[in-house]
Amino acid sequence: MKILAIGLNAFREAIRDQVLLNLLFFALALMVGAGVLSTLTVGERTKIIVDLSLAAMNIVGALMAIFLGTSLVSKEIDRRTIYNILSKPVRRYEFLLGKFLGLAITLWINTALMALMSAAVFPLMGEPLPAGLWLPVGMIYLELLVVVAGSIFFSTFTTATLSVVFAVAAYVMGHLSGPLIQVVKASTGATHALGLALYYLLPNFDNFNYKPYALRPQAVPDGMVAASLTYGALYIAFVLGLAILIFQRREFK
Amino acid sequence: MIVLDVQNLTKVYTGDLFKPKSTALGGISIAVQQGEIFGFLGQNGAGKTTTLKIIMGLNRSTSGAVTIFGKPADDVSVRAQVGYLPEHPYFYDYLTATEFMTLYARLFGLRRFDPAPLLARVGLEAARHQRLRRFSKGMLQRVGIAQALINDPALLILDEPMSGLDPSGRRLVRDLILDLKARGKTVFFSSHIISDVEAMCDRIAILHRGQICAAGRIDELLHGPHRRITVSGVGANARQVLAAAGHPATETAEGLTFVALSEEAVWVILDHVRKAGGAVVAIVDGRPALETFFMQTIADKAAA
Repeated sequence: MKILAIGLNAFREAIRDQVLLNLLFFALALMVGAGVLSTLTVGERTKIIVDLSLAAMNIVGALMAIFLGTSLVSKEIDRRTIYNILSKPVRRYEFLLGKFLGLAITLWINTALMALMSAAVFPLMGEPLPAGLWLPVGMIYLELLVVVAGSIFFSTFTTATLSVVFAVAAYVMGHLSGPLIQVVKASTGATHALGLALYYLLPNFDNFNYKPYALRPQAVPDGMVAASLTYGALYIAFVLGLAILIFQRREFK
Repeated sequence: MIVLDVQNLTKVYTGDLFKPKSTALGGISIAVQQGEIFGFLGQNGAGKTTTLKIIMGLNRSTSGAVTIFGKPADDVSVRAQVGYLPEHPYFYDYLTATEFMTLYARLFGLRRFDPAPLLARVGLEAARHQRLRRFSKGMLQRVGIAQALINDPALLILDEPMSGLDPSGRRLVRDLILDLKARGKTVFFSSHIISDVEAMCDRIAILHRGQICAAGRIDELLHGPHRRITVSGVGANARQVLAAAGHPATETAEGLTFVALSEEAVWVILDHVRKAGGAVVAIVDGRPALETFFMQTIADKAAA
């Protein structure tokens, strides 16, 4: 109940801080993109709208997840609101999990609204709505949850600015897991060991990339969705667990 | 019964490249009894807030122990019986006073909670639907006191409860603290405003540079001359007689002032004054004010 109370409050904070205004930028980008493409391209309009909207959803969502996730804890410390909340019968893990929950709710609503806007573009452009659109959207949401967990993790031990830097770096590298492992395989010695450690520690966002299946959902291999869900859940649990361990020992001056 | 027991508490901040190692608390001990109002005095930087933060589990001590109702202070369940007002009332400013109080009630696990009576008690009934962002400093302090009372705590720990309040706000908090005492609650608070401490507290401790340099009941700490008696119209003869009897006078603007060290001395002096045909201008409590005692204690400590 305490986790839920903290979560709902974090969601309320996001709404009152007008975080969802980012959707206006998303809508604008989508309209401009779709407008331009409709004049330029002849065939495969559906594929282009799908690619464009999913990529925009991913980037807008990730920016939100990083900026909100890294500021959740640091803002409480900077504004000294944390003194009061942790002086109540609230365990520190309840505080962190509550904050994660609040952001998960915010991002869920944000992602759902972005998906609905994207879906609305198809009939406007005279194209049929692809039935396979929702699976990639769901996986983008799972990826965002991983990003939030990582952002919270960084913010438990460093400043808001450095957390953003670390989170962006981890996000970019997590998207380059494929090329990274190729480089690591070709290297030797310390570089090889460090590269391998990074490869296993950083999230592999390829596991959440279902964009190629939006137009042919029947091509998704058996067990792939279950594997992605398990990977996402385990990774989030691992990172939040580490964050809790660090936060448990943190002092507030 | 000891409600709050602080034993030999130390806090050392380990330095780094830019900051030298510093000792914030050098082994302090305090025992607060049930039902008393305990004042924690000290200058800025003396270590009051550090002590309170360790008591509330926000900071860790380097050594020593804190127990509340017999349980270690870092046991989260203890806080269900404690109300805490932080030094600066920083709260979620995007919430209204009612939403804020309801959220905090949830954190105490209270499902049904009506914040209106508590907000009225601190004089905020008219502002209860206003966002905290629009509150003045005094109003935030009041809402801070209200949130410390949500769980009807048996122990209140207040860090500078009078700070930022106007005279009517100070009066309100004073009455509130006295009312809590009357209902058997224990109050431990830090303050700069010595007159409030003197008016309310049963016992005090004075903290200076991380050390307690005086502690005890106020009436025991403030022992001093019994009465100061100022008289007029007393001739040189009577003055000499009194001086010979061990009661020398000093001349002041109003007349002569005698210092009586006992109840009996008061009557001896007054007898001589009456016989000499003099008049009593004033008899005042000669005990030093807590403020004087506080300044003197700190000065003595600094000189030592």
